[in-house]
Amino acid sequence: MSEQVPVCRSDELKEGAVRVCTIGDVEIGIIRHNGGCHAYKNVCPHQGGPVCEGVRMPQVEDVIDENGLFVCQKFNENDMHIVCPWHGYEFHIESGEHVIDPKVRLKKYDVVEREGQIYVAI
Amino acid sequence: MLKVTGNRDVANEGFNSSVHLKNAAAQGESRNYDDFMIVDVDAHHYETEAFSEIADYIDDPVLRREAKFQGMARGGIASMDGSYQEMTGRITRYPERRGEKVPPQPHRDITLMYRWMDALRVDVACMFPTPMLNIVTCPRIEVEVALARAYNRWLCDNILESENGRLKSMLYLPFNDPAACIDIVEKFGSRKGVIGFMVVATHYRSVHDNAYMKLYAMLQERNLPLAFHAAYTWSDKQLSLTNRFMAVHALGFTWHNMLHMTNWLVNGLPERFPKLKVVWIESGLAWVPFLMQRLDNEFMMRSSDAPLLKRIPSDYMREMYYTSQPMEMVNNPKALEVTFEMINAKTQLLYSSDYPHWDMDLPSTIYDLPFLDEQAKRDILGGNAQRLFNLETTLAPGKHERRAQRGVNAAAG
Repeated sequence: MSEQVPVCRSDELKEGAVRVCTIGDVEIGIIRHNGGCHAYKNVCPHQGGPVCEGVRMPQVEDVIDENGLFVCQKFNENDMHIVCPWHGYEFHIESGEHVIDPKVRLKKYDVVEREGQIYVAI
Repeated sequence: MLKVTGNRDVANEGFNSSVHLKNAAAQGESRNYDDFMIVDVDAHHYETEAFSEIADYIDDPVLRREAKFQGMARGGIASMDGSYQEMTGRITRYPERRGEKVPPQPHRDITLMYRWMDALRVDVACMFPTPMLNIVTCPRIEVEVALARAYNRWLCDNILESENGRLKSMLYLPFNDPAACIDIVEKFGSRKGVIGFMVVATHYRSVHDNAYMKLYAMLQERNLPLAFHAAYTWSDKQLSLTNRFMAVHALGFTWHNMLHMTNWLVNGLPERFPKLKVVWIESGLAWVPFLMQRLDNEFMMRSSDAPLLKRIPSDYMREMYYTSQPMEMVNNPKALEVTFEMINAKTQLLYSSDYPHWDMDLPSTIYDLPFLDEQAKRDILGGNAQRLFNLETTLAPGKHERRAQRGVNAAAG
């Protein structure tokens, strides 16, 4: 049975911002993205870095034309990543899965937002 | 009901190495790193932040003016090629550490070194510069020599002499000028904190050139290890064919050391200088089994090409030393275990973090390996380096404090 723990007011977490708090003995980052909230344990599965405290970056894509020729690179803003600030491991912001190997994933927590308050289910 | 503590708005915090590395400190606590000495054989500082101080140490007044005017950053006195090692902002400590606040004393570089060392539970670190490693590729040899002398003097005077024995260095040798290398060993070989000398691998002089034999003999006589620190340069003709940092780094950091190791062996330098200790830094480990197999196979057919060798090349390679970072560990622990066996890691492997660089390794990369026993972990994390460099047993003040709180004898376990 999970407990919904209030972490901050909704208006304290602006678009793109991160809140890091310790619930019990677990440090959790809550990230506002596209209006929603995503909560992950603030430990990277690679070497343990504070993964929620890094930057968010879009997926980088190579653009190849119909003849197989390289054209340029671009950002795909529809696929934002959480980037661990220690080594650059990248995870899909929506799922917490590593962008190459989904078996490597962040510990995810459900987030509930109601009546102007953000709760993390733990 | 669960309690919420430490509620932080990350965007409003200034950068602090201790906070950035708090998870490393937690690893140290859960693994009892306080119980033994950890030596980091390859760590870096950003001497660019003190470059105006270093430039004052340049003897040549004309070069000194050039260095002070032009600086050391991209486009500066010795720069060769562009880089995006910082991963365009993904590794936050690169841009943010410049604004990190430190007290007026001791020197900023000492404070910053201690902060990350304490977080990683590293007791002693061998520090190297960062951009100044690349002066080896400067086409003006007198500039390389002048900067090497200035940096070495500055480091000894301002860092190594003035701290409590936790900071060491293998000093930079300007390999493009063999006579200058000899002079630097004579002048700096007995300075406090100097535990050996280091050659950056991206040079274009053969290590078996007769011009270096006096240098090797001097180092052997003084029992000072010689290290080859890996690097890359996009100016290398073959590596200039790459277009992404990952490619030039993955190849460059192994290629140049593979080349020097091959020449070192084929020309019989282990037989000519049998007591000279050689350390290979920051090439990872995967290249070593590859080269062992490659050279052993060819040597058995063409031993006349390497007549000074009395044993197969891998036997000599197993007697050399290797730093651990960046340790390849993706998806194949079996290969890593075999690698450890092939290089005799229990006695020859030296932990290194390479902090603060993008591919740094924490002590847990060694400590968590399931195929090592506790003694092997401790030897790789510190004991092997302590023996190689004749280091006194040294524990960080924080370890002493925590041990005292736990009622543990202050001597290292």
